[in-house]
Amino acid sequence: MAGRTLYDKIWESHGVGILPTGQTQLFIGLHLIHEITTAPAFDMLRENGMDVAFRDRTFATVDHIVPTDVRQRPFLDREAEELIQALENNVNQFGVEFFGLDSVNQGIVHVIGPQLGLTQPGMTLACGDSHTSTHGAFGTLAFGIGTSQVRDVLATQTLAMDKLKVRRISIDGELGTGVYPKDVILYIIRRLGVAGGKGFAYEYGGAVIDKMNMEERMTVCNMSIEGGALVGYVNPDQTTFDYLKGRPHVPKGDAFDRAVDYWKSVASDGDAKYDDLVHYQGKEIEPTVTWGINPGQSVGVSEKLPKPEEFSDPDGAKKAYEHMGWQPGAPMLGTPINVAFIGSCTNGRLADLRAAAKIAKGRKVNPAVRALVVPGSTEVKKLAEREGLHEIFQAAGFQWREAGCSMCLAMNPDKLNGREICASSSNRNFIGRQGSPQGRTMLMSPAMVAAAALNGKVVDVREYV
Amino acid sequence: MADIVEITKISGTAVPIHGNDIDTDRIIPARYLKEPTFARMGDYPFFDERFDSAGKKKDHPFNDPEYKGASILFVNKNFGCGSSREHAPQALYRFGIKAIVGESFAAIFAGNCTMMGLPAVVVAAKDIEQLMKSVEDNPRTEYCVDLESKTISFGNQKIAIDLPETYRTALTKGFWDSTALLRSNLEQVKRTAAKLPYITGFTS
Repeated sequence: MAGRTLYDKIWESHGVGILPTGQTQLFIGLHLIHEITTAPAFDMLRENGMDVAFRDRTFATVDHIVPTDVRQRPFLDREAEELIQALENNVNQFGVEFFGLDSVNQGIVHVIGPQLGLTQPGMTLACGDSHTSTHGAFGTLAFGIGTSQVRDVLATQTLAMDKLKVRRISIDGELGTGVYPKDVILYIIRRLGVAGGKGFAYEYGGAVIDKMNMEERMTVCNMSIEGGALVGYVNPDQTTFDYLKGRPHVPKGDAFDRAVDYWKSVASDGDAKYDDLVHYQGKEIEPTVTWGINPGQSVGVSEKLPKPEEFSDPDGAKKAYEHMGWQPGAPMLGTPINVAFIGSCTNGRLADLRAAAKIAKGRKVNPAVRALVVPGSTEVKKLAEREGLHEIFQAAGFQWREAGCSMCLAMNPDKLNGREICASSSNRNFIGRQGSPQGRTMLMSPAMVAAAALNGKVVDVREYV
Repeated sequence: MADIVEITKISGTAVPIHGNDIDTDRIIPARYLKEPTFARMGDYPFFDERFDSAGKKKDHPFNDPEYKGASILFVNKNFGCGSSREHAPQALYRFGIKAIVGESFAAIFAGNCTMMGLPAVVVAAKDIEQLMKSVEDNPRTEYCVDLESKTISFGNQKIAIDLPETYRTALTKGFWDSTALLRSNLEQVKRTAAKLPYITGFTS
């Protein structure tokens, strides 16, 4: 019998049974919730007199709507205030543990899960947010769900699911200096397409991934959904176990050793059978920047912007150029920017802030650029301040903010205005994503964002490292 | 619980929206996700593509009186990619869309549609071209999406549609509203959980 993948193993151990639809009823080991996608789900529980089936496997925080400058309650935005109150009422009524604004554990849901050791290998994990694939960095089967599914997980701790295929993506060799995990995932999406992962879970491996620390692996897994894959994961290894040891929700003593045995057992077997295999060389990957309106529309920083005819969907590329106001053939280097945003569930962790601070240290943000650094969690903020990163950023002219989703998605006061162009460490360059229907987003690594902020234009970060 | 509702046929006029990779931020801008219920989502689909910053109507199929009252939406590839927000299919549904026919759909979007009883069905590229042309030639054309025969028909034409068999069963047998079904297995769920080492605290 051929070996099994991590995906196969977790799927099998979490299957409750086969439903009349032919779908599997899958047990969800950890349910993370936040303010945006849950209110109608709790309403439905109330209407039907249901409780939360596994309260101790459910944790809540607030991230999307949180203002990152003045956090005083009530929020100035009346709608945001009502939404956070709805969540507060729901967690109180249903008895769910909540990391609210005043909690040291508050932060972006995909930052705090790992930080607290809630996210562990060999689990299933669901959250009403498409970037839930982030947690796959731990060898967790983690995926984003809609509100009706949030309702099902609250009411039953299960979901009706169809099994995915597994594509192993191996990044071999090593990365060049100034090339970061963000460049790796942007490169993968560029090569396989924004819909290329449909029907697949992505297993990331190879020497480049093996060498990454957990925060770096999270960046890669985070954007799986931007490549169309619901799930992305890395097999757990010693790096994973070392990260988890001592975290609040991780077992201690002998139980930790037994946990490690379990975690090792869920990794894909050496002879596991995959539905597809893809290999890339780390040295092929340059610092990468998006030029269009989806995360697959990117180039290496030294390249020129591509011609629409080079794409299978030339009309899509033309629409992107129409929105961005640029011309095919223009160099990516030197593209002007107005705003720089460092943060988000993709790149708002300590490793990201360190990489950006290294570039910013002793330099000044171009006076024409509005530059923000937004830590991914209150804990990340604390740790960064302990190392003095905030002083480096502030001295350079970056604003240093409180934890939240901030300018990734414009559900809080941090937004683009008009036609502004933002160099952003977030995950989506969709039209209107950062709050202005005319606004423009260029995705890149936090170090590249910092370098762009200093210069007021896209530069090659390799000149700084 | 709500009664079981079987969804087998959706009939009506249609509206086309051209373009691949239309993401859920475009279908519903994030600012509307601050509303605590889905009740008003029908006012917002494609809002920033339908209205300028002064609230003036722009040229968009959802603003076009020719397509008023359409219940079937025609789209191209990878429709609904990006954010998992169920607000996107809710906005379309509450606007009046009761079935979506396209070349392909993003995974979370298609799952969300099914869970709310909104079929998202796939046709071949040449067929969506034909369907879009037919509705553009005559917006009053009546279509029927039939999940049992797996076809969409109009005039004397019949075109094959596809969707995952599990989704088709969920819709046609009324299992799409899944909570009651899943909850009926709660004892088995507890037994499955009890076998997972992380649920039992790695005790042995």
